[in-house]
Amino acid sequence: MSFLELEPIRILVYLVGICAFVGGNAAYLVLAERKGAGRIQRRPGPNEAGWGGWMQPFADGIKLLAKQVMVPPGTDSLLFRAAPLMVMAPPLMCLATIPFSDSLVARNLNIGLLFVFSFGSINVMALMLGGWASRNKYSIISAARVVSQSVAYEIPMLLVVITMLMVSGTMNLQEIIVQQGGGFWHWNLFKVWVNPLMPVTFVIFFTCMLAETNRAPFDMAEAESELVAGAFTEYGGMGFGVFFMAEYANIVVGCCLATVLFLGGWQSPIGYLSGGLWGLGWFLLKVYALISTVIWIRWTFPRTQFYSLLNLSWKILIPVSLVTLLLTGAMLKIPLLFR
Amino acid sequence: MTTTLPFTDWLVLAIFALAVGLTLAGALIAVLTTRIIRGVAGLMICCIGLAGLYYFLNSPFLALMEILIYVGAVCVTIVFAVMMAEPDESPSTQPVRSGHWWGAVAILIALLIGGGLARLALAGPWPDAPIERVNDGSVAALGASLLTTYSLAFEAISLVLLVAILGALVIARGGPPPHPGPP
Repeated sequence: MSFLELEPIRILVYLVGICAFVGGNAAYLVLAERKGAGRIQRRPGPNEAGWGGWMQPFADGIKLLAKQVMVPPGTDSLLFRAAPLMVMAPPLMCLATIPFSDSLVARNLNIGLLFVFSFGSINVMALMLGGWASRNKYSIISAARVVSQSVAYEIPMLLVVITMLMVSGTMNLQEIIVQQGGGFWHWNLFKVWVNPLMPVTFVIFFTCMLAETNRAPFDMAEAESELVAGAFTEYGGMGFGVFFMAEYANIVVGCCLATVLFLGGWQSPIGYLSGGLWGLGWFLLKVYALISTVIWIRWTFPRTQFYSLLNLSWKILIPVSLVTLLLTGAMLKIPLLFR
Repeated sequence: MTTTLPFTDWLVLAIFALAVGLTLAGALIAVLTTRIIRGVAGLMICCIGLAGLYYFLNSPFLALMEILIYVGAVCVTIVFAVMMAEPDESPSTQPVRSGHWWGAVAILIALLIGGGLARLALAGPWPDAPIERVNDGSVAALGASLLTTYSLAFEAISLVLLVAILGALVIARGGPPPHPGPP
């Protein structure tokens, strides 16, 4: 037995890999975001550093690292320093159970779905503490918005996840993917014979994911034109950088989860070529397609009002997701009565 | 697994100590701090430590539920309440006189409960039978046991929610306390 097969060593290797994946993604998604914004606004975007601007993340990183981390007087300095640490940990934990291919998963937990959601729910506390500890009007408004937005959108998200749980009958992410094998018509997104509203369920999940990760058009917590930078107003240098990285890490986690739950994970859309490296390729292709959609949505739609944001959740998403939940339960159980 | 790392025992012990330390430190922060927001943060740390202890007791489901419900829901809800308070509250300098008495009573009750539990754990009979899996831990098995064996506990939890709603109604009906006018 080789040294690498020891469980603690394996976990350590995966941890380093996940950190590198998250860091690289954060760096280059920022560039992709700025390039995308430029494309949509008919300007070139960052194009000075390196060919076509591909060195821009290094320039940004060096700039952020070189800046001094300042703790303004009057802040709750302990919580102010703790918030960037807390905001980064949950997405790293969540990625530990995301299956990237049929064998590439750090820890294939039986309760993987619950694992992702329980650690995903800590994220809001970190943002809230950061905003609250800043003792700044804008940050405190942002903290209040983060909490109410997250409470509002956690409910439809969990209702959708319960629906998916009823469809798949397991919380093991790897098993959920295996069930969706054999072509794109087996993906949960297209399982209209289980629930005719399945595409609607996906849209609800995606909307909630955008809201939970505080992305435009739901970025009420950041809202740079009205709240300066919201919860991160007082943060400079790498403190700010960590919040930004965490935002992109959360987007990656959310898109991975959407891929696993609805788009068949590492399963190939044509039914074959889904093992090993092919699986990894399909998985990353789907994840990055979703991430591009997230970026595209950000620069296409204007920011919503805060009240319409909450109304959307409480008056539309929660009732609709309850309907899909009931409908799925009925369609799964009623045929059993006549068997 | 036959081969293990040479220091596995120490690693496990260190993680156990981390979980216990987080629980104790979080509880102490929650109790001793004068700023209410730090109290919530302490409660959060305490719950994460507790989740670690549950994980050590081979109950990953319970551990994750602890995080999902207590950190993700209860603490966030407490924060909701905290946000009604003044953001830049100064810690009160004058100790409340009756606070000492209540503190003594609370310590007495805590000692009684803690001592009783410790005595039960140390002196009480432990089952000698080897640990075995009750079920396969699947969602179906979990749901079946929640709705049959543990249905009383499951229903009792909803009573707690009812009490919480009633408490919120009672507090909300009273309205905000009258603003202290100029003397």
